[in-house]
Amino acid sequence: MIASIDTSLIDWSRAQFALTAIYHWLFVPLTLGLGIIQAIMETIYYRTGKEFWKTTAQFWMRIFGINFAIGVATGLILEFEFGTNWSNYSWFVGDIFGAPLAIEGVLAFFMEATFIAVMFFGWNKVSKKFHLASTWLTIAGATISALWILVANAWMQNPVGMEFNPDTGRSEMVDFFAVALSPVAVNKFLHTVLSAWILGAIVVLGISSWYLLKKRHREFALASIKVSAIFGLVATVLTAWTGDGSAYQVAQKQPMKLAAMESLYKGGNGVGLVGVGVLSHKDAYDDATDPFVFKIELPKLLSFFAQRDLNGYVPGIEELIKGGYTMPDGQIALSAQEKIERGKQAIAAFGEYRKELDKPQSERDVEAMKQADATLKANFQYFGYGYIKNPTDLIPPVAPTFYAFRVMVIFGGLFLVLFIVAVWASVKGKFENMRWLQNICVWSIPIVYIASQCGWAVAELGRQPWAIQDTLPLNAAVSKLAPSSVQITFFLFLILFTILLIAELSIMFKTIKKGPAVSTTE
Amino acid sequence: MDTYILLQHYWWFLVSLLGALLVFLLFVQGGQSLLFTIGKNEMQQKMLINSTGRKWEFTFTTLVTFGGAFFASFPLFYSTSFGGAYWVWLLILFCFVLQAVSYEYQAKKGNLLGKKTYQIFLIINGILGPVLIGTAVGTFYNGANFIVNKANLTDLGMPVISSWVEYHGVQLHGLEAAFNPWNLALGLAVFFLARVLALLYFINNIADADIQKRSRKQLIIETGLFLVCFLTFLVHLVLQKGFDSKEMAWVDYKYLFNLIEMPAVLAILLIGVVGVLFGIIKTILSGTWNKGIWFAGTGTVFTVLALLLIAGWNHTAYYPSLVDAKSSLTMENSCSSLFTLKAMSICSILIPFVLAYIVYAWRALDLRKIDEKEMKENEHTY
Repeated sequence: MIASIDTSLIDWSRAQFALTAIYHWLFVPLTLGLGIIQAIMETIYYRTGKEFWKTTAQFWMRIFGINFAIGVATGLILEFEFGTNWSNYSWFVGDIFGAPLAIEGVLAFFMEATFIAVMFFGWNKVSKKFHLASTWLTIAGATISALWILVANAWMQNPVGMEFNPDTGRSEMVDFFAVALSPVAVNKFLHTVLSAWILGAIVVLGISSWYLLKKRHREFALASIKVSAIFGLVATVLTAWTGDGSAYQVAQKQPMKLAAMESLYKGGNGVGLVGVGVLSHKDAYDDATDPFVFKIELPKLLSFFAQRDLNGYVPGIEELIKGGYTMPDGQIALSAQEKIERGKQAIAAFGEYRKELDKPQSERDVEAMKQADATLKANFQYFGYGYIKNPTDLIPPVAPTFYAFRVMVIFGGLFLVLFIVAVWASVKGKFENMRWLQNICVWSIPIVYIASQCGWAVAELGRQPWAIQDTLPLNAAVSKLAPSSVQITFFLFLILFTILLIAELSIMFKTIKKGPAVSTTE
Repeated sequence: MDTYILLQHYWWFLVSLLGALLVFLLFVQGGQSLLFTIGKNEMQQKMLINSTGRKWEFTFTTLVTFGGAFFASFPLFYSTSFGGAYWVWLLILFCFVLQAVSYEYQAKKGNLLGKKTYQIFLIINGILGPVLIGTAVGTFYNGANFIVNKANLTDLGMPVISSWVEYHGVQLHGLEAAFNPWNLALGLAVFFLARVLALLYFINNIADADIQKRSRKQLIIETGLFLVCFLTFLVHLVLQKGFDSKEMAWVDYKYLFNLIEMPAVLAILLIGVVGVLFGIIKTILSGTWNKGIWFAGTGTVFTVLALLLIAGWNHTAYYPSLVDAKSSLTMENSCSSLFTLKAMSICSILIPFVLAYIVYAWRALDLRKIDEKEMKENEHTY
């Protein structure tokens, strides 16, 4: 029997969940992005009646299908890992977190599963109109499923619409719309799905450019480039806009994450945004070492993005740990140690309440229960801090969060330039002769995957050690398992997912090499 | 009836319905396990794979939704069973991952492992999937080794509320369920039922004389094996004890009493069993009738629905603890809050609409039977 939670259990459970999420996110964005592109192409076929567009759409659907299957498989594992590896979490917030998952299953997964079969196998069995509707409904189902899981994830970053119920010993939902429509959820959904559209557009752009470089399927490639470049440009502009919204929400709800994203150890007014930088090693968060070996800073911009005020106050890691600064609502921020104490008071009050609750009703001290409940309520916002051992445990891994954020933003900016050039070249009919641009498009495929993964790395690394921000840290969320059990399943998943990824890529490359069955004019 | 109690019953009904639909849809797994028994050449195997394979997403989605609905409506079960019976659920997940990729990849060039490997993956999923799911569901009646203590949340060093207890000194995390013969009987019953349903589906869906003939012959054997396992489980079920959540004690003949005290559920069970038997027997007796899948499939849904309803309704602990009776999970002590159940119930109004479009799309695809011609001509086949 385990006497206390083994830190290696937390690390292995975290590693297993991260592994599954990383693999899952290799496949999902292509499904979301490519799904729209192929639906646009089939719509053109439906409207023009040209067989060329039908076979063009069918080729991209083949790519979609190869990618889709493994995305579904990894998604299944992710859903059940909430229960298998984070069982305390599942109980503590299942009342809130489970609802979006159930709605996702009923409303989105069935739509996707039903109409994908018609999309793949229904070409000669249903009418053109029904087939087109099925293609759009497949991607609508995929997007709605993204909506609900992202609502759930956003709630973990910003737990709203809930109250702790000491009778049941868990947090319970009290406002569904606060959960579903919180600004964090809306921004997260838009930013994530739009970034997936960018990925889909770049994959189409890259594969089509490869055909041009190989002087194959010219007509198919140019048509696909035109559709994907315009689609990608729209997606990139919207992603930048929602990215700003996301960063603002992080500043408001998760200031420690923002501090890690910027490697901001000492905050203040009128803080600059680090464009690029190299981090130095710091022994302690409050030592005198400059956190940067080198940086290029854009003055006052972080204050502006975080507070919409060029001179706004942005706390750094040191202020967040030591407290004492004035928050936007005028209150003085508590130190981490004070929050830990308040959290312990909340947990102790909950214990007192339960002690009475477990007695027969006639023997309960109602006054003591009321008092315990009042203490619990007064301190509940710090409940999760009670499980934190040291204030420094609240600092997420700074370097990977900092670098991942920059990779995402810098490549996002470069993709904007790429799409502008690609749209211009495509509309002017010059794309075919611009081999340098074609090469960039091909090499952008691996880069967009890296940028996309970095986005999630920022979101998830930056919120450590919380499973639910301020409410439940990972050490109180994990299942009671032997670390060796999780190690075994971690390596089994690693081997299985890696083999399947290699197989997927191999099939994908063969399919791309074979190319579309489009009759071309070259 | 109090609204909260009504909603608990409603959500147990929905979870049971999803479970019942899942067991019906396991015909896809049954088909996979019969791949080399019924398909004697490459074309026949291709037709078999494309017959049940085009429905694999439904089984998968129903499994995911079953998990999601359980999580949302009875989160204490989700956290206790999934976190405790770790190895059982992980094994189920592993074999479903294999299925998800195998249909799409098995016939594709460059698939790394070769066609045969993916087909073996399908067979592994076809056997292990139904057996493991059935065995895991068996613990709804026969119990499992867990303790729940919500006061643990106040233990800062070890705040986990659910823990799994060792089986004779060894921590098996749920695998011990397979040592209970009645769990195993249910697992095998689900497995053979999946094969029976698959054969009925092949007969309905594939226009190939050889496959039809072989399926009808095999149906007799699979039906016999299914009946032996199912009747073993059923007879034991009506004779066994169950945990009564009102009396907080094990009660003799609990499930039999549940059926007697809930005659509507008994009627559903009987209609279901008659439906399954009618679908099978008429198919066996008639050399040409091919509608058996719809009778046996509907019958399966009814039967499983009734069996799951008696596991949770009528003050029954649907997940009895074998080591600490008061930890046993009931609808009342494991469900979500009234607010959440209400919110989800409003969303559940859309379920008939979802079922309607599934039926419509399924019919549209199945109107034309699978044959060799389609396998050769279609742009996208497995």
